[in-house]
Amino acid sequence: MTQSVEIQKPLDIKKELLILYQMMLIRRFEEKAAEQYTKAKIRGFLHLYIGEEAVAVGVTQALNDDDNVLSTYREHGHALARGIDADFIMAEMYGKQQGCSKGRGGSMHLFDTSKKFYGGNAIVCGHLPIAVGMALVSKKQKKTNITCCFFGEGAAAEGEFHEAMNLAALWKVPVLFVCENNLYAMGTAIRFTHSMQELEKKGAAYGIESSSVDGMDLMKVMDAANSAIHKVRSSRKPYLLVCNTYRFRAHSMFDAELYRDKKEVEEWKKYDPIPQFQQYLLQEKLITETEIDEFEKKIEKKIQKSVDFAEAGTWEPIDQLTRFVYSENKS
Amino acid sequence: MKNNAAKINSTYREALKQGLREALQNDERVFLMGEDVGRYGGAFAVSKDLLQEFGEERIMDVPLSESGFVGAGIGAALAGMKPIVEVMTVNFSLLAMDQIVNNAATLLHMSGGQLNVPIVIRMGCGIGKQLAAQHSHSWEPFYAHIPGLIVLSVGTHEDARGMLLTALKSPDPVLIFEYTSMLNSEREIAADAGAVDISKAKVLKEGKDISIITYGTGVYKCLEAAAELATIGIDTEVLDLRVLRPLDEETFLASVAKTHRVLIVEDAWRSVSISSEISSRIMEKAFYELDAPVQRLCGVEVPIPYPLHLEDAAIPQKNDIVNAVKKMMSHD
Repeated sequence: MTQSVEIQKPLDIKKELLILYQMMLIRRFEEKAAEQYTKAKIRGFLHLYIGEEAVAVGVTQALNDDDNVLSTYREHGHALARGIDADFIMAEMYGKQQGCSKGRGGSMHLFDTSKKFYGGNAIVCGHLPIAVGMALVSKKQKKTNITCCFFGEGAAAEGEFHEAMNLAALWKVPVLFVCENNLYAMGTAIRFTHSMQELEKKGAAYGIESSSVDGMDLMKVMDAANSAIHKVRSSRKPYLLVCNTYRFRAHSMFDAELYRDKKEVEEWKKYDPIPQFQQYLLQEKLITETEIDEFEKKIEKKIQKSVDFAEAGTWEPIDQLTRFVYSENKS
Repeated sequence: MKNNAAKINSTYREALKQGLREALQNDERVFLMGEDVGRYGGAFAVSKDLLQEFGEERIMDVPLSESGFVGAGIGAALAGMKPIVEVMTVNFSLLAMDQIVNNAATLLHMSGGQLNVPIVIRMGCGIGKQLAAQHSHSWEPFYAHIPGLIVLSVGTHEDARGMLLTALKSPDPVLIFEYTSMLNSEREIAADAGAVDISKAKVLKEGKDISIITYGTGVYKCLEAAAELATIGIDTEVLDLRVLRPLDEETFLASVAKTHRVLIVEDAWRSVSISSEISSRIMEKAFYELDAPVQRLCGVEVPIPYPLHLEDAAIPQKNDIVNAVKKMMSHD
């Protein structure tokens, strides 16, 4: 079932620039979030996606607006790529009621039904069965949309991963499983957690077509995602896409990174997807240094605006504490 | 409510089944999925013949993947359908507890009110079939502990016929506890029985001397005990809680104010149970109404043993209820 992915179509220049912009936005947004964390403006857990941006952006660009997206607690990148405005995400991380989950969720629980973005799930693998159920409805109601579910390689060790893969294949539902293999389940390396580390091979046990791709290379991710999503959309069957990637930052803000060598991180930074893609665009003369600088300035403004928005946001009154336990509209 | 009160005899199983059929007939978005619900006809034959009637799109057999299919039910609910998920027995629901507690009960809240999870999860449960320690759990208190869930206990045939229909109207997740030891029991119900309220407890027998508060298999046991107590002049009020979360305080506090004595009866273990919650609420809100301390008859704190005599001894029986009431009344 494992197969290499070939380039499907020539690059669309405008789209490529938008994608560069998105990756740079995600990177800078998270750097700012880390800063705001050290200032105690953001609390709780904060899991940064820095280094893995090519995966969220490369996959999301191939989705349609009516497709469902589910993600993990390391989901700022997916949420931004899906089009949730940075203002609402930053406000959510501040815990303000203007946040995309009204401040109730925080960094790990970003939701926006208008973007069909269903979390933000912080129990590793907890959202895979949900993704299968959402795809089951597409099948039952003969809809044309698909469901895209991001998770880490840590999730692939959970029982729910295997239950979800089996159900998806058994029921033949249109779901794309995107495994972001960043080599560490929190602080434990994949060689200590998986007997079979070529994770795409797990698809074969369920008759699920699968492939793996260099998740640090945006264009390869895009090609792989375009191909995988095309297959899910046309076959109405599940697909497992493994994106091999790397997280440059610690697991969370509490992580002293005792489990990996700094040299290893530095080595991986050579494959940073953003400079790689910038270099490509420059070489092909699809962008100029000046334009990249302009992107940076524009992003800086946008991020500052999101901080200002979050700062200006208001706290939900304590007398509303017990809202959203049961539905207010009972019908 | 009904003037032309035509009655029919129905087993608890048949009442559940007719409720299911009506639910499936009423709404195209409703489907049933669970282990052995289709070709086998349901582990307890509740869904027998429904596969033939409704087809395999709506009566779905699933693999033994409790977390997987309960989670899929949650996903289906998020995407706009009305899944009824049957977990064969409550004992296996522990394998799906992550989905029920971390997803079904929290998604509305974590999303700031954006996501509804209109799933109904039915579970066979109860003690009394000599099924030993892993198949005789009373997990009502576990689930009744969780904000965001609605927890129903089907103690009567009317509720077996009607609770599911109302549960399917709820935008929030509903767990329905169905008692397998009652499946074959036959009772009279209204010929046109249907949807019932799922927000209130219910006084099933009015009385003035003492209130017995119970749920599940305790209901008929307590009614039988009340009938026996009537023969010796003790006028007992029997209250079926029905809804274990959110609790209908108003109804049981009104009963306390009327009788001034309370016995709570349940199969679940005594510590951190439904009865401990009821008892503390009475203490907090009706202390001065009491003429005697609240008493409880609960499951003995032991994994349920296999032999019948030990199993019987592990949970309250009719005679225990009669004796407890007599003892409470003798203090006057």
